[in-house]
Amino acid sequence: MNEDTFITIDNKDIPIEREQNLLELIRKAGVDLPTFCYHSELSVYGACRLCMVDVEGMGLVPACSTPPSPNMKVKTNTEEIRKMRKIIVELLLANHSQNCPTCQKSATCQLQALARRLGITKIRFKNQSRDLPIDESSPSLVRDPNKCVLCGDCVRICSEVQTVGAIDFAYRGAQTVVIPSFGKDLDKVECVNCGQCARICPTGALTPKSEVDDVWRAIHNPDKVVIAQIAPAVRVAIGEIFGLEPGKITTGQIAAALRAIGFSKVFDTSFTADLTVIEESNEFIRRIQNKENIPQFTSCCPAWVKFIEQYYPEFVHNLSTCRSPQQMFGALAKEILSVQLGVKIEDIVVVSIMPCTAKKFEARRPEFSRDGIRDVDYVLTTQELGRMIEETGLHFNELGPESFNLPFGFKTGAGVIFGNSGGVSEAVLRYVTEKLTGERRENYEFKGVRGDNGIREIKFSLAGREFSMAIVSGLGNARKVLEDIKSGNGQYDFIEVMACPGGCIGGAGQPVYTDISIHQKRTKGLYENDRMLELHKSQDNPYISELYNSFLGDVGSPKAHELLHTHYKSRKRITDEDMYLSYSDKAEGLEINVCFGTGCFIKGSQKILRGVLDYISRNGLKNRVNVSASFCFEACDRGPVIRVGDRVIEQCTIEKATEAIEKEVEVYV
Amino acid sequence: MEKLRKFERVLEIVDQNNRQASRLIPILQAVQAEYRYLPEEILTFIATSLGISPARVFGVATFYSLFTLKPKGRYHIRVCNGTACHVKRSMDIYNAIHKKLNLQPGKDTTEDMLFTVETVNCLGACGLAPAMVINEEVYGQLTPERATEIIEDIIRKEENHELDTHGA
Ligand code: SF4
Ligand code: SF4
Ligand code: FES
Repeated sequence: MNEDTFITIDNKDIPIEREQNLLELIRKAGVDLPTFCYHSELSVYGACRLCMVDVEGMGLVPACSTPPSPNMKVKTNTEEIRKMRKIIVELLLANHSQNCPTCQKSATCQLQALARRLGITKIRFKNQSRDLPIDESSPSLVRDPNKCVLCGDCVRICSEVQTVGAIDFAYRGAQTVVIPSFGKDLDKVECVNCGQCARICPTGALTPKSEVDDVWRAIHNPDKVVIAQIAPAVRVAIGEIFGLEPGKITTGQIAAALRAIGFSKVFDTSFTADLTVIEESNEFIRRIQNKENIPQFTSCCPAWVKFIEQYYPEFVHNLSTCRSPQQMFGALAKEILSVQLGVKIEDIVVVSIMPCTAKKFEARRPEFSRDGIRDVDYVLTTQELGRMIEETGLHFNELGPESFNLPFGFKTGAGVIFGNSGGVSEAVLRYVTEKLTGERRENYEFKGVRGDNGIREIKFSLAGREFSMAIVSGLGNARKVLEDIKSGNGQYDFIEVMACPGGCIGGAGQPVYTDISIHQKRTKGLYENDRMLELHKSQDNPYISELYNSFLGDVGSPKAHELLHTHYKSRKRITDEDMYLSYSDKAEGLEINVCFGTGCFIKGSQKILRGVLDYISRNGLKNRVNVSASFCFEACDRGPVIRVGDRVIEQCTIEKATEAIEKEVEVYV
Repeated sequence: MEKLRKFERVLEIVDQNNRQASRLIPILQAVQAEYRYLPEEILTFIATSLGISPARVFGVATFYSLFTLKPKGRYHIRVCNGTACHVKRSMDIYNAIHKKLNLQPGKDTTEDMLFTVETVNCLGACGLAPAMVINEEVYGQLTPERATEIIEDIIRKEENHELDTHGA
């Protein structure tokens, strides 16, 4: 490093190291320059203009998009800049909904924080806020465009980090909004409910959907027995709401708080994470032995599962059939606890406390209801539990720690590390290594799978076979790995994916944060928790063995299948009725429908349509058929798909199509 | 088979542009030339074939005023309401046409898809104020009566044309 390269910020000399822009240097100099649209994890957008600074010889420039050069003289607080910042914030406030005290983001809103910081006491501009409809269609999120400051943070995290792109800017000028395609509801488009957009949104324009009221109602209902399960990642984050350090383990306080709030029993999702390890590892060993559906993908992240279902239908069978720990818990709780506690199934209310917004969606998947009763009734995020604790008036930090109820409250460290990226893989390794070798290992830690990179690969040999694993967090990274597999550049046996960067500890239901170094602290908390526990391997959990012995039977038994496993389906990205593109003029005629959904398009539906049309005109069938194209029959893994009359032809070829048309068209003269 | 022919044309346009996302704007232009608007399902299809999100395509289609997502009538009337025309009471002309065609606020296309009536901010023909454009043709120094006549002319022509085709 050349020691001579430095710049002057507010009369202080600051060395230039690896910084890409002035903003990073200014922050290094200890000046917290306000910004809305700058995040180190996203591309530079330069739209909010809050980061304007004065550079000698250049005038006012946006710090986020100005590269540093040696000897620059930068001022961050001139009178002009201070005035401009105030005007920008006042204008934003003038365009903003005025319902701040009742906003979900109230306590963590960056717009409010900035107004406070800049000492804004009145808004000199007329209120221009629009009255746009609020989108509450999604089970996971609420979108209130009236609170949007158009910083584009959500748009970029969704497209750059998650490669979903469910929301984007539309229209222009004063009409500009951030919305799903065609202004549709969020639950009708390709959103995977990861909530990362809500995590990064500086205001209340995107927020996790709250179920707090429903849970209070259940608690106050004397006929109901309300029980809680707590996900691993919650225990190292909820303390942040009450001023504790990220990563501080507060399991005991959470249990105490939940009982004080009125939950009858308090259990641990880490228990069913242990159960997941057993089922998923055995599934893995079976697949390896039968050489089928390798690589096996983890299935505990519902955002990842939906991502696969809608973008990579050809990989649906690679997903482990194991339900997520949340859903295993729900199914077991309804079936077993109802008997143990002597309550009717419909009177037991299962509430999960999750770091996650996608878990709200998962709990509502039709696969996870029986006879109209959901296995998991409500899902609260870490934030929502924090709010309930505040409402109750409990002093969280001073609560005497309590323990979980048995049997579903007992876990090993393997079930705890499920909450961070790499944890599921490590937990599975702790099982598989012993199972395949038949030997007990003294050491339980597999540090090779740990780390902060969004894609980590490890290779190892075990029982005479080479294994290759990938640990992935962030859906954009997952897409990269899948594309590598497709192009033959990647070969794996096991892939762990968590949609949120860093894993569930970085979930969108966690206390709001913008500094991603928090991931490391929370992760460290979980590994510490693992070390503090008495047991570290799921196979050592006595209550899991007991559960198999007394209730489930063997691993993979019919009972285990019924309660612990599930199935997946390809799904359309954008729901709505099918879109027909073409009809012949005749009402009667053979219906021929060619699927033009993504899966089929890639597999050649265009060629088939051409072939079919050729065939029709060559054989003079124009007046006897109706040809149409529609989007997605949800059989994308078996595409291209066409429908001829009532027959659905998968993996269609031109020959198969014409053969079917020839047969079916006879009745239409 | 009209819809199918158009859809085949879309496939062609996308292929001619090598299915490249960077060619989105020319693709949308060509598709709009075919349909006279950008139908939703076609935009979804374009997004699929270019490998970009429908939300992004929708964003581009709504950003540029040259694109329209609503079907337009065969005759696209744009009445200028730029400063010069506005001063010369161009809104009277707009209102007269609206009345003639039985249109209401929020409904600017006739049922038979023959006319769409809109205002624009300056056609660059201020010397002819008040002015309007029907498809590509400019009409200047209008009065409400003159504008109504022009519309009636078109309707008459269309009716004769219809009779012709039916007769044939
Ligand atoms: S929840 Fe995730 S997928 Fe959905 S819009 Fe937000 S960032 Fe995109
Ligand atoms: S990584 Fe965890 S928190 Fe994030 S969406 Fe998946 S399950 Fe939820
Ligand atoms: S203002 Fe109407 S033509 Fe210019």
